Amino acid sequence: MENPYMPYPVRIDDIEIATEDKSLKTFKFVFLNKEDEEKFAHKAGQFAELSIPGQGEIPIGIASSPTEKGFVKFTVFKTGVVTSYLHNMKVGDIMGIRGPLGNWYPWDKLEGKNVVIIGGGFAFTTLRASIVYMLDPANRSKFGKIDVVYGARSPGMLLYRDELYEWEKRDDINMHITVDSTNDPSWKYNVGFVPTVVGQKAPKADPDTFAIVCGPPIMIKFTQPALESLGYGQNQIIMSLENRMKCGIGMCGRCNIGKELVCKDGPVFTLEELNKTPREY
Amino acid sequence: MKVIKIDKTEWTGGIDKSRAKYLLFGPVKDKDVQNNERYIFKQLSADQFPDMEASDTVLSPKGTVFPQTEKMLQVSLDPSVPDHHIMKRVDTDYSPRAVIGIRPFDAKALTLVNLNFDTKDYRDPYWCDAYQATTFVGLAVNKPSQFDFSTSMGSSPFGEEGLDVLLVDNGSEFLAKVITDKGQSFLDAAGFNKSADESSAQKIEELKAAAEKAVAAKVGTDNLTKRTILELHEAPFWNDIAFAYINCGTCTFVCPTCWCFDIQDETKGKSSTRFRNWDSCMFPLFTLHGSGHNPRGEKVQRVRQRFMHKLKYFLDKYDKGTMCVGCGRCVQSCPVNIDIREVCNIMNNYEPKK
Repeated sequence: MENPYMPYPVRIDDIEIATEDKSLKTFKFVFLNKEDEEKFAHKAGQFAELSIPGQGEIPIGIASSPTEKGFVKFTVFKTGVVTSYLHNMKVGDIMGIRGPLGNWYPWDKLEGKNVVIIGGGFAFTTLRASIVYMLDPANRSKFGKIDVVYGARSPGMLLYRDELYEWEKRDDINMHITVDSTNDPSWKYNVGFVPTVVGQKAPKADPDTFAIVCGPPIMIKFTQPALESLGYGQNQIIMSLENRMKCGIGMCGRCNIGKELVCKDGPVFTLEELNKTPREY
Repeated sequence: MKVIKIDKTEWTGGIDKSRAKYLLFGPVKDKDVQNNERYIFKQLSADQFPDMEASDTVLSPKGTVFPQTEKMLQVSLDPSVPDHHIMKRVDTDYSPRAVIGIRPFDAKALTLVNLNFDTKDYRDPYWCDAYQATTFVGLAVNKPSQFDFSTSMGSSPFGEEGLDVLLVDNGSEFLAKVITDKGQSFLDAAGFNKSADESSAQKIEELKAAAEKAVAAKVGTDNLTKRTILELHEAPFWNDIAFAYINCGTCTFVCPTCWCFDIQDETKGKSSTRFRNWDSCMFPLFTLHGSGHNPRGEKVQRVRQRFMHKLKYFLDKYDKGTMCVGCGRCVQSCPVNIDIREVCNIMNNYEPKK
């Protein structure tokens, strides 16, 4: 068995500023060894450790879809030692990626179902991967209706804006983009917090509809009652968690919520599962 | 079960002989930073012998397979070097080693830690390579300390789990119970090959019974599986237990089953090493998010985490008993007298209000 702490060497292929305040950048990585790309085969919802020699590692959700070949993408918020260093790195620099890690959104279970994606702020990365995955021509017929509620503080803080506006134009996905507030008179989408827009725009629950929620704790806290009042059951609400991590493989001990480890048993849990844990996240 | 008799006059000679095939670790007298004498487990130099009269060590011997700081990967940051910024595993010597004089509860503790590091999904190569390279030559505890409650925690002063050989001090001789082939190989390498006579098994049983009887503290664990995680987590007693707690982390460092670790990179010049250090759930930084949010920012949450992990989460996850072997080190070393025996009894006796 291979050393699970050993990152695959990658080269930074592209860097894109993702938000107007420049606090988020999207990094596109190419594997130095072609066979590593095959070993990295992931499912939408998983994360990886971005590994910068001499700096450290950070667990980040994989923003590219398994259907996008030849590279992997991560959108990173500048916040600590490693992410600040990464934000100053350049195209062509060599670093490492360790993964894919953790579980994924339950794609087997979601086949034939309607999917409601709910995201807020910069927690939209694995949700982007999921949308691209579901919209892939080879996969779209496997799913029923797709709704997306995605919000950010302002229009310029929305991630993947070009793709969002493209998806708006399609008829096989219902987009509900929202911002907390804006003074842009040409803004033609929603204004309001994500939980409110969920209450207004998300489809009512039925046994064939599942919600995937990923966002900051405050958004999750208020989205949960919004979904419950639409009739969603605890096993129909699927959430992706974050906790401080180091190893990413269930060994270093810090990301537990009760006996479950967010890095290995998660990061994806149903609300039903979470309600049995002490929810220390 | 095969028993070998080792006359104590032959002991040092055999130990010396074993050095040809094994790196040796054992308890030796050492001084702490305040110049107080105490015993520690360490790798023995060529002229050092394990002190078989040693009192219990302050630190458990887990560091013999899980060093407090351990190099994992290394890398060159010099762009003129081929393979710069590509990490490689540090070359560590995993030739056969033997830990001599380990207490039975400490050997059992390592079998519990092994459950964390050797899993069906991932194999931690640093732990596994060291653990598998090691032969554990235990020394039965004839006179348990006042802190010992191993018999309540699935271990015993004469427990054999996790050991390859169990030595029993029988006055002028050691009776060596051969538990595994690995243990037999070590005894062969040391030239210890005199079979003990038939009365030795009886003698070991007598000493074992006396030692187990001498373990004074009794702790209840029977009800821990009956309560749910949430019942115990939400129980009202945690504030009282955590009242005196001072964030020192001593309990986790002396504990033979605490395995949590941190990973850090250290750079000198153009060369960098990724290594891991023991970490502690008792420190606020352990769980601090980049955003400043901390799911266990309050001391009561951290104290609860430590006891819940040892006495409930681990129990539920593996069905292999508690993650405590009753060595009593944390009880002895805690500066504010937090006592896992009391906490375990409180948890075990707790009846949630209906």
